[in-house]
Amino acid sequence: MSHEATAGRGFDLRRMIHSPLALPLIGLIVVSVLMGFASDNFFSVSNIFNVLRQVSIIAILAVGMTFVILTGGIDLSVGAVMALAGTIAAGLMVNMGMPGWVGLLAGIGVGVVLGIFNGFLVAWGRMPAIIVTLATMGMARGLGLIYSGGYPISGIPSWISWFGVGRIGIVPVPVIAMVIIYALAWVLLQRTAFGRHVYAIGGNELAAKLSGVKTQRVKLAVYAISGLTAALAAIILTGRLMSGQPNAGVGFELDAIAAVVLGGTAIAGGRGLILGTLIGAILLGILNNGLNLMGINPYMQDVIKGLIILLAIYIGREWR
Amino acid sequence: MLELNGIKKSFGPVEVLHGVDLTVRGGEVHALLGENGAGKSTLMKIVSGILQPTEGTIRVDGQERQFADYDEAIEAGIGIVFQEFSLIPYLNAVENMFLAREMKTRLGLLDTRAMRNRAQEILRRLDVSLPLDVPIGRLSVAEQQFVEIAKALSLEARILVLDEPTATLTPSEVEHLFKVMRELRKQGVAIVFISHHLEEIFEICDRITVLRDGNYVATCDVADTDTDRLVEMMVGRRIENSFPPKPAIAKSAPVVLDCEEVQLRKDGPLSSFQLRQGEILGFAGLVGSGRTETALAMLGAYPATRCKLRVNGTETRFRDPAEGLMQGIGLLPESRKEQGLITSFSILQNISINNYGKYRKGHWFIDLKAERAATQDAMKQVRVKAQGPDARLDTLSGGNQQKVVIARWLNHQTRVLIFDEPTRGIDVGAKAEIYALMREYTAQGHSIIMISSELPEVIGMSDRVCVFRSGGIVATVEGDHINSEEIMTHATTGRTRNVA
Ligand SMILES: Nc1ncnc2c1ncn2[C@@H]1O[C@H](COP(=O)(O)OP(=O)(O)OP(=O)(O)O)[C@@H](O)[C@H]1O
Ligand SMILES: [Mg+2]
Repeated sequence: MSHEATAGRGFDLRRMIHSPLALPLIGLIVVSVLMGFASDNFFSVSNIFNVLRQVSIIAILAVGMTFVILTGGIDLSVGAVMALAGTIAAGLMVNMGMPGWVGLLAGIGVGVVLGIFNGFLVAWGRMPAIIVTLATMGMARGLGLIYSGGYPISGIPSWISWFGVGRIGIVPVPVIAMVIIYALAWVLLQRTAFGRHVYAIGGNELAAKLSGVKTQRVKLAVYAISGLTAALAAIILTGRLMSGQPNAGVGFELDAIAAVVLGGTAIAGGRGLILGTLIGAILLGILNNGLNLMGINPYMQDVIKGLIILLAIYIGREWR
Repeated sequence: MLELNGIKKSFGPVEVLHGVDLTVRGGEVHALLGENGAGKSTLMKIVSGILQPTEGTIRVDGQERQFADYDEAIEAGIGIVFQEFSLIPYLNAVENMFLAREMKTRLGLLDTRAMRNRAQEILRRLDVSLPLDVPIGRLSVAEQQFVEIAKALSLEARILVLDEPTATLTPSEVEHLFKVMRELRKQGVAIVFISHHLEEIFEICDRITVLRDGNYVATCDVADTDTDRLVEMMVGRRIENSFPPKPAIAKSAPVVLDCEEVQLRKDGPLSSFQLRQGEILGFAGLVGSGRTETALAMLGAYPATRCKLRVNGTETRFRDPAEGLMQGIGLLPESRKEQGLITSFSILQNISINNYGKYRKGHWFIDLKAERAATQDAMKQVRVKAQGPDARLDTLSGGNQQKVVIARWLNHQTRVLIFDEPTRGIDVGAKAEIYALMREYTAQGHSIIMISSELPEVIGMSDRVCVFRSGGIVATVEGDHINSEEIMTHATTGRTRNVA
């Protein structure tokens, strides 16, 4: 295949195949087709929206995770931060009698503050991200349990359920939220200087710093974004469960990391696309959904998912 | 000993070598010459099995060979020291030399004594002494280079490839390297030597092969040629005087950067200097004399014990290079790979990385069209040879990567540039153009601090020269005093004298 032969056509096959999105997309198609065979119900509109609604929380957590991983970091605290944000939001509404919107804003504030805390320690404290966010994970989980006494906080205003189970037309609200957040993240990463700096830090932090990129601020910002997306996921979760659950989201950080990596982002940073993360998250969701529809025992599901992730990364390794 | 015939090499659809011949005899130093991107490094990677030729044959001792990887080339007696080193900074010299080829005792444990003895034996053969127990990252570049050569020799290399070994060395270190090379030549080793310094070719080499744009041009004896003819073979045209004339700079020209005192280490010497508007201030000295550290200290990228700075008269303290950039001061660091470039980025992204203020749309967004246009101009200005602005940096030749860092800064709206070894690895033709661009920059009323280990460059370009020795400035010379004797005297004996 010569260069001229493909360049003339409307779309460039060579470029598409070499795009980092190609492999996650192929994976998505293969898994969807397999699931379609295994279950007649899979391709129905309602099931598709159902899958998307289920993946929305992990997918939104994975947005912040993508920013962090692109800089060469990692954020293990997102699941716990999400739970804490939801618990505090619900607590303010139920125990302190505050209006719902105040509670939600406070929840978002909790996420952003913890993100800034992480970012500050990583950027200015020069501590390894994996340790800092591991500690934050423990502390956020603990604070949530202390605040709630270990029990779910229910009795929040009923309109909050709109965020979790509402629909606009036939489209679930969490799906719309997910799409908007991904669109914003795409613009931020691909069309702003900040986005380029995120990639640059993952590519060569020293070179970025010496050429005048404000590396510390950028790092602070990515952890803050991760805290923010964790809090946004918390709003959806709270709306779905109609309560603040201090024990929610255990292990979600690992699913978010899996989505990012399945989407083709290099775990060492510098390379990757936000759309890949979306595909990765949906891929994970379809696996969950399909394995459920097939009635496979949940413990076995974890084993199968793990194997599929390994397989996907193995196939993808040459490509990147 | 080594014979290449009709070597072709393509990366994807692009052919970069179009049938190259090369014959290297035992006991000779064979120079491989050519402009940046001519294909020298690619050819040597083919010789050492790292890349495979698309066409052509490789013969070693008359036998046709095909190398699937570097290990097979090593088996055949070929060793290479790369343009960009491949040592592990945390390991010491012995560990690096025997990496992946560790000697073991009968119990399967590491035989450190045997490895150490062997390392010492090889270094003795090279007549080099260096500390064996220190992590290699703490050795000088020259010492690291000797470790690389020793590593190749520890593998019984009879054909040794040195890809731009002198680019990072000082003159005395180059002398030492040449001594080592002469010693090896006497022992019958065939050496392929790549360098952009023509005077070195005449000093050390026996024969020369010239490449141009991936084509074989000619092979000749050093004795039968001269610099002008070589340049013409490489570039295809003549190059006039490479240094542009120095403008007259008024003594009263305003001081844009006044470094009132800087002390790199506790109890180290205190130095001071002033940078005037429109001038090129050279920083000369041996490697390790504190030139780079002084520049980094000014921008807050090196923890100096003291650093008092005035920018346009106001006292300033920079905590990191980003703050310096906001005041219009940019830094081109000495090591393009570690400190300058983001190799996973395209040329375009590397050039505009710190410059998004220049192309904005609706305040927040990057104006992609303007960015592309500016990149193309910048690439043309310094003649980056690449497939286009979207080519990834790791597909560029070493010299072209360096040109990208230079293009980044010439494309920026700075008022002071600190250039640390700006022409490292750049070919003769492009050098002249970069010198002209530097003068164009100062003619606009901007200033440059140029750190360089190449004495002719310091002498040809600087309006004044600060000479460094053991951590401080020992003399500042200007006018007729800018000559190699005076600079070298200050750099080595350090008589403090200020000719102002
Ligand atoms: N992996 C690659 N993919 C595509 N093109 C490449 C790759 N490696 C090298 N090239 C191209 O091959 C050409 C020759 O590069 P090479 O590194 O051999 O040049 P060189 O003669 O060593 O130059 P320099 O003096 O700058 O080191 C260049 O145009 C370069 O862009
Ligand atoms: Mg090269």
